[in-house]
Amino acid sequence: MNIYAQNILDHYKTPRNFGSISGAQIKHSEANYSCGDKLSVDIKLEADVVSDIKFKGTGCAISQAAMSILTEDVMGKTKKYILNLKFDYLQKLLGVPVSESRYKCAVLGLMTIQNALKMKGNKKN
Amino acid sequence: MQIRKNFPLLKNKISNKQIIYFDNSATTQKPQIVIDAVTDFYENKNSNVHRSINPLAEIATREYEAARIAVRKFINAKKNNEIIFTSGATDGLNLVANILGKGVLKKDDVIVLSMAEHHANIIPWLMLKEAIGIKLEYIQIQKNYRLDIGQVKRILNNKKVRVLSIQHASNVLGIINPIKDLINICKKNNIISIIDAAASIAHTKINVQSLDCDFLVFSGHKIFAPTGVGVLYGKEDLLNRLPAWKGGGDMIREVSFEGFSVAELPYKFEAGTPHIAGVIGLGRALEFLESMGFKYIKQQELILTRYFLKAISKLNFIDLVGPFNIQDRLPIFSFSVQGVHPHDIADLLGERGIITRAGHHCVQPLHDKLSLPATLRASLSFYNTTEEIDIFVKEIIKIHKMFI
Ligand SMILES: Cc1ncc(COP(=O)(O)O)c(C=O)c1O
Repeated sequence: MNIYAQNILDHYKTPRNFGSISGAQIKHSEANYSCGDKLSVDIKLEADVVSDIKFKGTGCAISQAAMSILTEDVMGKTKKYILNLKFDYLQKLLGVPVSESRYKCAVLGLMTIQNALKMKGNKKN
Repeated sequence: MQIRKNFPLLKNKISNKQIIYFDNSATTQKPQIVIDAVTDFYENKNSNVHRSINPLAEIATREYEAARIAVRKFINAKKNNEIIFTSGATDGLNLVANILGKGVLKKDDVIVLSMAEHHANIIPWLMLKEAIGIKLEYIQIQKNYRLDIGQVKRILNNKKVRVLSIQHASNVLGIINPIKDLINICKKNNIISIIDAAASIAHTKINVQSLDCDFLVFSGHKIFAPTGVGVLYGKEDLLNRLPAWKGGGDMIREVSFEGFSVAELPYKFEAGTPHIAGVIGLGRALEFLESMGFKYIKQQELILTRYFLKAISKLNFIDLVGPFNIQDRLPIFSFSVQGVHPHDIADLLGERGIITRAGHHCVQPLHDKLSLPATLRASLSFYNTTEEIDIFVKEIIKIHKMFI
């Protein structure tokens, strides 16, 4: 099975949790400058648990679909849990092998969410 | 096609699909005689050049210098001394920017570039800007993707302009710039002209004497020769007047603990052990091209260009970044496919054995100007075929369908 499995294309065409959250405590964006993939994320935390997450972005199917899949996965999880996620976890979520040349695309979403959670000043609710 | 048989890699398969190599602007494939020349050097002639007195070094030196003669003939330079071997177009542009920076340029001197330059023809100048305070000006690209000649004339009339450094052809847009006209304007205004022929060298005959440019660079690997070797052509009097840049073996006449005097041309600019096998391979590649002739190459590429443009003009979801007009155009096609990111297309094409490139092709400022993060590029050579274009187009249609 290749990376353009039905699941990936489905998330690319109809991304889940797409949009923004007005009044979210956490807002962050990241980009792969070399290819122009862009992602921005809004996160609402309640007692260190993600109570809502929404994203917007443009770019390749891998970067956008991976983010859509991730937002579904991290909903309701703790900050600590999310910060510990590694690439192999993402790879399992995607359900298809990611080649070396697409690693940067696949990992952008995870990086965006983790860096958002690491930002200073979002300790309190 | 007989000539295609000379290129062993083109016979290979990827995931059981015949390779379709559409990435010739990144690098070209190598004919058997170039591969053989490199192997033969390492198997039978390997030694250093211009140094030892021994029979092997003599053979190596002779072949190395024979390649210089082949290059001189290929671009019709007046003298062998005017051919400097470099590691590529990037190395050549850095070399010329640095010797001009050391030898003639001063603060507030203006260097003119086009908006479509490769990073290799922007960054060395930006570095000089930081180092000595030169200024850069960019010639605009018009809606039809060609240079604005009216603007060129206005810019080059500025007395502060000392250098025009410009590509012969664009590795993104596929256009050929009217460099003869540009060089003529430079002559009238006493401006040094530098031509980056990296993208054009495999497609069109270069004659430095009739162009009358001051400098010209290209890379060997884009003209069927090995990577890591290239050429800087410079007019002899200019090269003689300019200071050396890199220091090391071969570029000196005499060295003491206190000082040195530089060697004669061309060695003055060839410090260190060169890529000898690569240079010999380059010489062989140029002879191979000469034997085929640019008339044949042009003719084949014109057929491919017409065919490609006609095929994609029927697809309303493709936006070509470059002219549909075949005049002064190379078979280099960058485009976007509506609804699909170029990386996804390149990845999927790759699974079908079709080799393309997605990204900004080291020309990010132009992509920014056109508000495109990236494009897909298919760059063809005389050895490609219309059948390959048919397969390519069929796959693009399939991929587009997957995404809508
Ligand atoms: C127009 C142009 N200039 C310069 C270069 C740099 O060539 P190299 O990387 O071989 O030094 C390229 C290669 O893509 C090019 O297309």
